[in-house]
This record gives sequence, structure tokens and C-alpha cells, in this order.
Amino acid sequence: MPEPASVLPVILVSLAKIAAVCFLLLTAAAYLVLLERWIAAWVQDRLGPNRVGIPLTKIHLFGLGQPLADGLKMIFKEQYTPAHVDKFLFVLAPIIILTAALAIFAVIPFGSLLACLSLAGAPGSSALIVAPRFDVGMVYVFALSSIAVYGVILGGWASNNKYSFLGGLRSSAQLIAYEIPMGLGILGVVLVSGSLRLDDIISRQVGGAWNFFTQPLGFIVFVIAAFAEAARLPFDLPEAEQELIGGYHTEYAAMKLLLFLIAEFLHMVTAAFLIVILFFGGWDFWGMQTSSFVDWPDGVLHVVVLMAKVFLVILFFMLVRWSWPRFRFDQLMSLAWKVMLPLGLVNLVAVAIIAEYGDRLAIPLGASRFGDYLVTHLHVSAKTMVAALIGWAALLLSWVAVAFAAPLHDDNRPRLEMHAFDEEKELRDNT
Amino acid sequence: MKATDPNIKWVAEPKLGMAGKMYLPLFVQGLTTTAKHLLGPKLTVSFPEQRPVIGNPLIYRGVHRLNRDEKGRVKCVACFLCATVCPAHCIDIVGVESPWPDREKYPESFTIDELRCIFCGMCEEACPVDAIELTSLFDLTGRSREEMIFDKEKLLSVYDQTQDAEPMKSKELGGTL
Repeated sequence: MPEPASVLPVILVSLAKIAAVCFLLLTAAAYLVLLERWIAAWVQDRLGPNRVGIPLTKIHLFGLGQPLADGLKMIFKEQYTPAHVDKFLFVLAPIIILTAALAIFAVIPFGSLLACLSLAGAPGSSALIVAPRFDVGMVYVFALSSIAVYGVILGGWASNNKYSFLGGLRSSAQLIAYEIPMGLGILGVVLVSGSLRLDDIISRQVGGAWNFFTQPLGFIVFVIAAFAEAARLPFDLPEAEQELIGGYHTEYAAMKLLLFLIAEFLHMVTAAFLIVILFFGGWDFWGMQTSSFVDWPDGVLHVVVLMAKVFLVILFFMLVRWSWPRFRFDQLMSLAWKVMLPLGLVNLVAVAIIAEYGDRLAIPLGASRFGDYLVTHLHVSAKTMVAALIGWAALLLSWVAVAFAAPLHDDNRPRLEMHAFDEEKELRDNT
Repeated sequence: MKATDPNIKWVAEPKLGMAGKMYLPLFVQGLTTTAKHLLGPKLTVSFPEQRPVIGNPLIYRGVHRLNRDEKGRVKCVACFLCATVCPAHCIDIVGVESPWPDREKYPESFTIDELRCIFCGMCEEACPVDAIELTSLFDLTGRSREEMIFDKEKLLSVYDQTQDAEPMKSKELGGTL
């Protein structure tokens, strides 16, 4: 607990962090829109937005002024509210969704420690996280990402439009379904880390094996669930343009639409951060200094490494968008309940086995020549080796099992037996 | 038609193999296709700085021109075939008696409303003396409707502008030059 006299500087530091995080996230969301449009264009063999640079000059700057122009356009557009909407909820929905999306970042570490950030006599080094020492970080993330769906449902309901409403309903069903595999994916990580704090989860992986190597199955379950939670293709059914016009934000325009779009991008950024922190060791990298004390070049390096990883994951999100078509809704649901849920449980059991018997299983492996070779050449402990072996075996076996059970491949085209109704025979029999 | 009609051919979806059931080919195909296009050549032409390549300018249907003969006079003989064949009725010719001995009439005025024109190229096909031709100029702009009604002088100046890049059809190619 801080001394009473030092409470004020702590509050000041927190406020400064909140302001910085909000500013950075909103800027990042704007530039991610540009990146998304670039990637979309490049994948479609186009050049993408590359004209807007410095105003009143011919300097294009590769189109880096585009987010500013887009933002200005959105802000100065008419605040149109249709007559048939529930005004209060209509305004409330985008506020809820953006607030929830921004508030998640309170517990997400953006790096390790920065020694130079000692504002107004606060402690010498400052953790790059808005709410440090917050023990239920993972639960908090989970709770807030569930609140985001309220924004979607409220938006769909208040719009008083059947397309919006369908989008809201789809979103609620999808988010409830995928929350469970997502939780199972996280549970494995929490089990090995023994903490719900995201910075603890990172420091558990530092210098050792990243969770991706020991829990590949959990990683796959989590990534797929994260795509669904962020409503990105191939799981973007809440706003499937071809079916629902714009989904839950069909009736929205100008600033309110902008809030929805920013929140959507922030969901993707959150998902990318979680993937990196839970499974790719956060700011850890091979050959990085691993002690708990960091001076400021190291602290900056940690931030850069973490951001680079997050950027790569976001790039993957954007490439996936153009790689596979959207799931049908029944396929989406059977993927969640028939595939992801069992896979998540298998991962959890595998992790539990390692946690309970890992030490005992490591003894014969460490004693064998193969194990000895691995330990001396790869510099990992025998227990990690056992964990990785069990993890990858669980992935392979359960993947093959799912492939054979194959609940997703339904040929839904008309078949002869589906048309057994014989009109002429019915007529004959009835007369 | 009944579902059991022998003329109906029922096609079943092919059975998925092991790899297909494991989604792996789909996964790899999807990402490789995306990556290939992401890094591959781009088709966009950055227009004002970069001009699109027109495959064959001689058959492109852009802005009209009125050709001149070897003496620099307008080639048109005011036969009205182009104005008659024009589906958009955008050609307006005033034909008067020719001052030259080699033809009976010539156009005193020859105007084309470029805004009405649908660039079908039928005037070019109808012309018996190859006087009217469509060039490969496509970026046709103007500040008013009046400016977009091209008179004889304007159409002849289009010829002067494009005659080097797009020569008239010679006799060998079926032209009347």
C-alpha cells in the first residue's frame, strides 16, 4: 500500500497513463483502418488509399493523411437520428461499446517497466500498465469483453430495424457461444501461470517456453475464439454486409458510427494483445535480458518487441479476412459447441496432467539420452519438454479425432430423398 | 417436373478426404493465395501522373476528329451519312456547295455534341471518305455544356493534335487516302 502522502502523485501518474493510452489507442485505431484498407487493396491487386498527405501541397506521404481526413469527415457529418428509433438507447449503445473496449486496456501491459517515468516523486520506475497490481486482470478483461455485446444488442434493438436486430441477435448468440472456448483457452494458461495478472503471465513465460509451445491446442482454440469475439471474418456474421446491410450499425451515421467502428478495431487490438501476452510471451524475445530489473533502454526495447508482435498478429487478422469466406450460422454454432468446446477441454486436461505429473514424467525423459540431448542443446528444462510433447500430442490426436467426427461438413444442397413428396400420388390418394 | 424425372441429373458433393476434413488444404490455399496477391503486381494506374496503355489506338473509340486531306482542307464531303446513322443524334452538319472542283459539297459547319455521343463508332464506319474518326483521347473534360459541343475547327484541331500518333488509314488498309 502506498503512503497517504504519495497518493496524489500516484493518481497523477495514473491519469497521465489513462490519457496516453486513450490517445494512443484512438490514433492506432485510425491508422489500423488505413492499414486495413491498404491490405484489402493490395490483396485485390489495387494500390489502396495513397493520395491524402499534407493539405494544399502535392505531398502524398503514401496516404498517411487519410485517417485524419476520414475522422474529420465523420465528425462534420450530420448527426442523423432516424425518427423510428429509441433515442436514449440509440445514443447509449455506441458509448457503452467504446467505453468497454477502451476500459479493457486498463489491465493490459504495454511493456515491462520504465525507469525514467518517475512523475512528481512517484516511485522510481513505473509499470507500463494503467492499473498495475490488479489481481483479477484476466477476469476483468473477460467481463468487459462481455459488456461490449450489450452495445451491439442495444444498437440492434434501439435501431428498430430488422437488419440491425438480426445483427444484434446473431452477435449475442455468437459471443455467448465463443466465450466458453475462449475461457477454456485462457484457463490452461492461467493454470500454468498461477495468476490472473497479465504481467505475471508474461513473466512466467520470460526465459522459459512460451505458452504457444507447450499448449498449441489451447492457442488454436483461443485464436479462433478471439476471431469470433472480435467479429472478424470468417466470423463477422453480426455485420455481414451481403446479408444484413451493416448489421447492428445499419441505422447509425457520423460520430456514432465512428464510435462503433473504433470499438470494433479496438476489439481486434485487444484480441491481438491477448494472443501475444498469453501465448507468445508478451515482451519476451530470444536473447533478451530476463532479470526483473530493467533500465530504460531495455524497457523501451520491451515495448518495441511487444508492439511488433501485436502488429504481426493484427496483420494476420487482416490477411485472414481476405483468405476465407464467412461461415454459415449453423456452421459457426457447431464449430463452437461441437469442435472448440471439446478441444478446449482436451487442452485443459492435458495442462492439468502436466501440472500434476509433469515433474514425475520429466525424470525418465531427463535421464534418457534423447532428453539429455534436448536439455543441453535447446536449454529448456525436462519438464517443459514433457509439457510440449504432451501438448503437441494432444493437438494432433484431437485434431484428427475432430476431422473424423467432422460435424461441420453438411451437404445442404437439394437431394433426391429430400424431394420424396410426390404431388401426383398425393392427389390420387386424396381423391 | 417431378424430382424423380429421369432427365434430372442429381449431383452429390464429392466426399472429403482426410486432408480436407482436417481443413489443412483450405488453410494453406487461402493464405498462399492472399499472400501471392498481397505481394504481386498491382493493376491500378495512378491516372494523372501515369497514363494507361491503350492496346491499339487505331481502333480505340475516344474523342472524334475531322481528318484533313493532303492539301489541308477538311476531308468531309457533307454526305450526312454519319449524322443519319448516329443513334444519339449528336452530329449536326450544315452542307453547302463546295468551292473546290473535286467535290460537290463541303460542310460549312460540323458540330458534334460530345455529351450526347455514346462513342459507338458508327459514324466512323459509315463515312465513305474516312473523314470522321475516333481517336484514343479519352480524358475529355470541359467546364460547361457549350464547351463540350465541338465545332469544325475544334474537330480539325483534334486531327492536328493526333495525326502523328494515329495516322489516317492508308489505301492499303482500306482507307481512301
